[in-house]
Amino acid sequence: MTPPEPAVLTKPRQMLQLIGERGERLADPEFDPWVADVDLDQLAALYRDMAVIRRIDTEATALQRQGELGLWPPLAGQEAAQIGSGRALRDDDFVFTSYREHALAWLRGVEPAELLAVWRGTQASGWNPFEHHLAVPQIIIGAQSLHAVGYAMGLTWDGSDAAAIAYFGDGATSEGDVNEALVFAASFDAPVVFFCQNNQWAISEPVGLQSKQPLARRADGFGMPGVRVDGNDVLAVMAATRFALDRARRGDGPTLIEAVTYRMGPHTTADDPSRYRTDDELGAWRSRDPLARVLSALEAAGHDVEALQTEAGSAADRAAADLRAAITTLPDPEPLTVFDHVYAEPNSHLERQRDRYGRYLAMYGEEEAGR
Amino acid sequence: MTALTLAKAINAGLRRSLESDDRVVLMGEDIGTLGGVFRVTDGLKADFGAHRVVDTPLSEAGILGTAVGLAYRGFRPVVEIQFDGFIYPAFDQIVAQVAKLHYRSRGTVRMPITIRVPFGGGIGAAEHHSESPEAYFAHTAGLRVVACSNPADAYVMIQQAIASDDPVLFFEPKRRYHVKADVADDASLADARPMGVATVAAPGRDVTLVTYGGLVRTALDAAVAAEEDGVSIEVIDLRSLAPVDHATVEASVRRTGRLVVVHEAGEQGGLGAEIVARVTESCFEYLESAPVRVTGHDIPYPPAKLERHHLPDLDRILDGVDRALGRSNSLSAHPVRPTGDGVEA
Repeated sequence: MTPPEPAVLTKPRQMLQLIGERGERLADPEFDPWVADVDLDQLAALYRDMAVIRRIDTEATALQRQGELGLWPPLAGQEAAQIGSGRALRDDDFVFTSYREHALAWLRGVEPAELLAVWRGTQASGWNPFEHHLAVPQIIIGAQSLHAVGYAMGLTWDGSDAAAIAYFGDGATSEGDVNEALVFAASFDAPVVFFCQNNQWAISEPVGLQSKQPLARRADGFGMPGVRVDGNDVLAVMAATRFALDRARRGDGPTLIEAVTYRMGPHTTADDPSRYRTDDELGAWRSRDPLARVLSALEAAGHDVEALQTEAGSAADRAAADLRAAITTLPDPEPLTVFDHVYAEPNSHLERQRDRYGRYLAMYGEEEAGR
Repeated sequence: MTALTLAKAINAGLRRSLESDDRVVLMGEDIGTLGGVFRVTDGLKADFGAHRVVDTPLSEAGILGTAVGLAYRGFRPVVEIQFDGFIYPAFDQIVAQVAKLHYRSRGTVRMPITIRVPFGGGIGAAEHHSESPEAYFAHTAGLRVVACSNPADAYVMIQQAIASDDPVLFFEPKRRYHVKADVADDASLADARPMGVATVAAPGRDVTLVTYGGLVRTALDAAVAAEEDGVSIEVIDLRSLAPVDHATVEASVRRTGRLVVVHEAGEQGGLGAEIVARVTESCFEYLESAPVRVTGHDIPYPPAKLERHHLPDLDRILDGVDRALGRSNSLSAHPVRPTGDGVEA
């Protein structure tokens, strides 16, 4: 079955692929060198990463359905895009994401409880951004792209060879912030990678509403290379990201990557995709599953995929169990912590409010106050 | 002591911050080679280089958004919004990012960003060049908002704003840029009055007159005029609009029993509403008359030839003082005027 492609994809466009849809290795003289070191064991490791993050995502979705989380934005279908790019990064590269890049959090060592806290609503955010070189996830669409550029400008001024990477979706490409980020990045030769996961849908709006042409082509207008890559091909994604990071480290400036992928699940657990897209479309993309693609490639190359699946399955089960267990380590927060961290320095106005609400709670208690 | 204009005083303060902390960077449109449209950053690019004084693309959201990223990287960005009315494209980055990131990151990510904004009218400018948007930001949790009124304060307060670990909206009264006064440029910053504290710009006994920015000068002139009429006005220069130094205002009202608040910004939801409400809550039994607001009208900023009918001036301030004192004023006569349809207004 051929996937029905959205309007924007109907014209024949070059799209970087290193593993074909049947698992065949496709030669690409320009990008092969970027993944020449990726042997079968490393490819298997990428599969394991993808299997684990898929399982974490499934478990978190289940936790939301069971009332343990307030909301969850599933990443299902985007495992190759996130793992392939995330594994290309150095620890000291700084990552600015939207709200769906759970794989980046996992890759960068964020603890399960830290990942879940914000979705359970117990904390404003989970982790210390400087411990993981991973910014507070961004819900305002596209805003983080400018933060990545500013950080990257700072890297240049500090003489660092690290890079920044901004993750955003196809919907974000219509935002002013993303376009302004592309302008700033080009003007200042900022060492930043714009990693756009074109997952075809911005909640209910198809990518054709955001753009009449492949998003990667926009790069040309901003004066930087644009790479359109099969976002369900983990090897190609890694090659494209390494290429872009190398440019950044050399001082050659920014790159825009469009990873063409698909959001298999809803926008969030509060969304109902059956209102705007068909089962046929979903089925077509299911046949292009990024995990199945790697398995086919490994099998074709003679790797023991059965053993790999068993091993990856165990790792995924452990990760899921850890995630579920983490829920119990997230107690409801103390009421007066609502005032914490609004300001870094003492603030007379807020201290007065905290004092007054504290007196109210002291008199009536939390229960009597209807909490 | 050096006599400096307000613009030069800010320039001197910026220079001192650039010298004392190499993480301070200035960003904005036309601030480098040109030295800013008001020349506030004149000469700084030449002395500190293009990486410390950065001419940016024409993109207010871009300036604030990249400033956020630079703050993540440990820089202390000082950004210039060229005119008050140009700040709105950056509103999201200021309100949703700059203001909230310290809270959202649970205190791990600091946003020591100073946002300089020439504000207010009185210079006969084109539209979008004379606005007073301070209340939007005073309403936003996570931001500090200050307004300087004179060269001596401006020199100190800009350095304090830059040194603050919280984001600061720094409003500069553009109509006072060329007013000259002595600046203690040799004094230690550590001994200076904190920027969150209001000052009694002129002591008085009968009425407390609270204002900030460009109207402090007008209020002081009004106090001199009233003195000839036997009325003693205490002028308070608020300086900090978020948080407001209510203690200084309340202490004054407890002595005078009367309050007039003056600002160029519109009345509805303005700083005047906040100060009047707070004084009414805290000093009710001390008030001898209802507090009075003298403000700009709740209109888009009018064409230059009409701005004198929008901005509070010395006479309108004194009319407000008369209201607070229960003396004859523009509202006390209750003139009956026929309207166009014959119904009495």
